[in-house]
Amino acid sequence: MSELPGDLLFTNEHEWLRREDDGSVSIGITEHAASALGDLVFVELPEVGQEVDEGGEMAVVESVKAASDVYAPIGGTVVAVNEELADDPEKINADPYGEGWIVRMEPGDTFDEDDLMSPDDYQAFLDELED
Amino acid sequence: MLPSDPLLATVPGIGYDGAPAAPQFLLTEWSDTMGSKTPLFDKHNEAGARIVDFGGWDMPLHYGSQKEEHHAVRQKAGVFDVSHMTIVDLSGEKVRDFLRHLVANDVARLTEYGKALYTCMLNSAGGVIDDLIVYYLGDTRYRLVVNAATRDKDLAWIREQAVAFDVAVAERAELAMIAVQGPEARTLAAPCVAAEYRDAALALRPFFGMEAGDWFVARTGYTGEDGWEIVMPAADAPAVWDRLLAAGVAPCGLGARDTLRLEAAMNLYGTDMDETISPLEAGLGWTIAWEPEERRFIGRDALEKLRNSTDRRRFVGLLLEDKGVLRNHQKVVVEGVGEGEITSGGFSPTIGRSIALARVPAGDYEHAEVEVRGKLLKVRIVKTPFVRNGQIRIDV
Repeated sequence: MSELPGDLLFTNEHEWLRREDDGSVSIGITEHAASALGDLVFVELPEVGQEVDEGGEMAVVESVKAASDVYAPIGGTVVAVNEELADDPEKINADPYGEGWIVRMEPGDTFDEDDLMSPDDYQAFLDELED
Repeated sequence: MLPSDPLLATVPGIGYDGAPAAPQFLLTEWSDTMGSKTPLFDKHNEAGARIVDFGGWDMPLHYGSQKEEHHAVRQKAGVFDVSHMTIVDLSGEKVRDFLRHLVANDVARLTEYGKALYTCMLNSAGGVIDDLIVYYLGDTRYRLVVNAATRDKDLAWIREQAVAFDVAVAERAELAMIAVQGPEARTLAAPCVAAEYRDAALALRPFFGMEAGDWFVARTGYTGEDGWEIVMPAADAPAVWDRLLAAGVAPCGLGARDTLRLEAAMNLYGTDMDETISPLEAGLGWTIAWEPEERRFIGRDALEKLRNSTDRRRFVGLLLEDKGVLRNHQKVVVEGVGEGEITSGGFSPTIGRSIALARVPAGDYEHAEVEVRGKLLKVRIVKTPFVRNGQIRIDV
């Protein structure tokens, strides 16, 4: 696995978040998750403008072998979705922290960065899983 | 929301969507490399396999990309370790009569050495105990290859029925088996076969096998492509594996095996049919030999009743016309007719769309809908196979 980008925060549910300059938050799944799912073949995205609760269903990613829900790591409003995933879901496998982003959200009041893991913490979490 | 898929179980946050989407072989409980190991287990790890439990065996799911393995078999050649499958040798003076009683297809059709027959073994209610291949090796000698997950009950059933015919039932657990599949499979695998048998092996017609010393080579498979299945002593298998990989044959896991057999519309036991389903409702009517009528094989009485029934369910191929992926157990809705169920669904790497096998209500219709996460998606009923010998066989 390649090094984790330093500007990301992570959940123990293998999702990443990036605070953008405009205050919105980009969200995707980690390389570990994409690799475990295998080749992705379909992504079901939410509607722009949709309100999502923390822990609520945000998207569905389907690989050759299985379908998986992606739960929202924070509550808020969906302000953008990665439309390119409709035609090229494998972007998530190829570039999970870049072109493979899934949604951008305007976070609600409850967003607290302290609940999330730094890259170092997430790497330690992954190392623990491997054992 | 228990993750039924052992892989997803290692990714706790990526929730499983509740529909049992994974193929049957993934639905067994994940155990951390505690199962039986084939003679190729170390080779799988060397090749970077992700190992999963399949019916008590530690087997490779894929070696990196299931999709690339799938394409390798359609376009060139791939090799699968199928040593977990159960080989049973039958012998005795009355073995032919025994098999004519035991299975629904008729081994009397096998008159040439090495000829193979695909058949179901039924219970008295006409339900499928297992599907298997019978090879004819002589009037007193046949070889069966049955599924791994059904090994115990198959052997118990076969031995029970064999008593009255005085047939010897020998499981050959000491043998390894590989499947080399794809348009270039036989050419690339031929150098592995002992020189004295090589030409004969290359001359095998489809669905024939032959003994080659202590090997057995058959032109059979489970992918819809040309190729061989090769049975050999366990000690020979690792070197053959290395040689095939060095020749450019791709190592392929159970994941690709499942998408390949789905495209070829080949049934998977435990998913497409089981002991509660007759071959007539699993698309396997063609494997039942009704003639001669006096051959009263096990399950025949029950099948004859169902044969004349007008509300017998259909077993069909589906092509998803909307975006998404069809999965096992999703509900099929036929407006004005009734409901059915997907027995095997997935994404077809060759077609680039989702396909499925489904058991649906009787009736004459070409369109239906499938319920996916609360939405109804459009599907078209298509004639199977979806893909054969590298070619898409349906109108997309």
